[in-house]
Amino acid sequence: MIYAEILAGGKGTRMGNINMPKQFITIDGTPIIIHTIEKFILNDRFEKILIVSPKEWINYTKDIIKKHIGENDRLVVVEGGSDRNESIMSGIHYIEKEFGIEDDDVIVTHDSVRPFLTHRIIEENIDEVLKHGAVDTAIEAVDTILQSKDGEIIDNIPIRDTMFQGQTPQSFHINTLVNHYNALSGDEKTILTDACKICALKGENVKIVKGELFNIKITTPYDLKVAKAILQERISK
Amino acid sequence: MINQVYRLVSPRQLEVTYSNFSLNSEHVVVRPTFLSICAADQRYYTGTRGKEAMSKKLPMALIHEGIGKVVYDPKDEFEPGTQVVMVPNTPSEEDEIVAENYLRSSKFRSSGFDGFMQDYVFLNRDRLVPLGNSINPHVGAFIELITIAMHSILRFDKRSHARRQTFGVWGDGNLGFITSLILKTLYKDSKVIVFGKTPYKLDHFSFVDEVYQIDGIPEDLELDHAFECVGGKGSQYAINQIIDYIKPEGSMSILGVSEEPVEVNTRMVLEKGITIIGSSRSGRVDFENTVKLLNDYPNIQEYFKTLVGSVNEVKSIEDILETFEKDLTTSWGKTVMEWKI
Repeated sequence: MIYAEILAGGKGTRMGNINMPKQFITIDGTPIIIHTIEKFILNDRFEKILIVSPKEWINYTKDIIKKHIGENDRLVVVEGGSDRNESIMSGIHYIEKEFGIEDDDVIVTHDSVRPFLTHRIIEENIDEVLKHGAVDTAIEAVDTILQSKDGEIIDNIPIRDTMFQGQTPQSFHINTLVNHYNALSGDEKTILTDACKICALKGENVKIVKGELFNIKITTPYDLKVAKAILQERISK
Repeated sequence: MINQVYRLVSPRQLEVTYSNFSLNSEHVVVRPTFLSICAADQRYYTGTRGKEAMSKKLPMALIHEGIGKVVYDPKDEFEPGTQVVMVPNTPSEEDEIVAENYLRSSKFRSSGFDGFMQDYVFLNRDRLVPLGNSINPHVGAFIELITIAMHSILRFDKRSHARRQTFGVWGDGNLGFITSLILKTLYKDSKVIVFGKTPYKLDHFSFVDEVYQIDGIPEDLELDHAFECVGGKGSQYAINQIIDYIKPEGSMSILGVSEEPVEVNTRMVLEKGITIIGSSRSGRVDFENTVKLLNDYPNIQEYFKTLVGSVNEVKSIEDILETFEKDLTTSWGKTVMEWKI
């Protein structure tokens, strides 16, 4: 089975003084998370599309889905965990409980606040995760990346051609991810916040799918302004 | 949902733009799978449409020939996964006399509004026709062009006299090929003669009764009816040649688009009592008829497969540009895009 998991666990602390998580902010009259969910609904390869939400926002998430999308039996809202990986695991626990996990099951995870993803990015994530244990979506680094441990002095400037910027979706063969994650100690779990990194450190080949420059993550007021600007660009005819 | 629309902004320059569509509208959502490039798209792409048209119509997504699969229907009438051909003509009214493709109020994809180069296409319910499973997708990509010929033949059939011993088709390009193939299929006992300029193109017309180069037509040749599939500057010569060779009271269908007005030997049109039938674009019913034709005559599809010039995988704007450039240097056949962007 192929599952999708939309991660909406964050509470949007970087968005400034707003009283709801950033995924619920509207762009062109529709909450960002709805834009994102709709892109997944349009891919019929997904058996279920899980939406992971903070507990107190589950009702709200269900309400706006009902309002903007209506009844859809492929959508399930699940309670999130304490951090990103725990939220991914919450979704996987739900799958395990409701359907059981088969060895060929895969999951495509995506940030709820990246609504600009495309059909191609989703398709290639599915195609590649069926061949590899893990898949990350990335674009070639545009700016030179500097490495500095103290933020004061540069330790290293890696060759830009070998640098990529990670986006989502990140996709996983479910059993592979669960095995690697469960093998981590409590401390390691706190440090290793990126699920692809866990797989890479454990020796898995993590395949790169080409992202898009516009597949932005809307986390700051600036991002929101950019997202609104590119969507509301009205072309004069 | 934020939909990516790949628009031509100026000659040879494409940009991705975004528009917001709700799934909960009246529209059926289709993911394009195979698209085909038409000469009209190339006139926009290369900027030969003229400054005024370019500035009035761009930015606009090109392509009006293509198939796709249904991914979402708010009314659940179309199963997700249903293969469909998309109808580019989009009427906003109905008329009991005038067909939808002649209503001045109708809009046309990649001419009046965005064509099919989009992540998803949102279509009115009556703008898609199911394909079934037996139509080759590379042929499916240019069904729209087949409907143009189909439409003109059905129009001709209603308006012309009943003697159909000999048809002449002027034009050795894609439309000439399609028109003569459908004539040969629907009027089995009729003779179909093709007139063209280029010997190697005429070599493709193995299914017709005779082919002639336009400077070597026997003087005593006569036709009951004729189809002009030339277009451009050449349509003037084609139309006047047809007037010379057609028998009295014959009908001539004109399909070729010309940017400039052409001179016609009206004296002989009057003397012979020739009926001239104009024909442009097509409507839903022509798509239904064409899909039926392709299903009823599997062999016709084999001939159409020989018209597929190339199939190109498209995953990025660069791929679109490369495919359009390749099409410009292709002298025979249709250029198809496998839409994987």
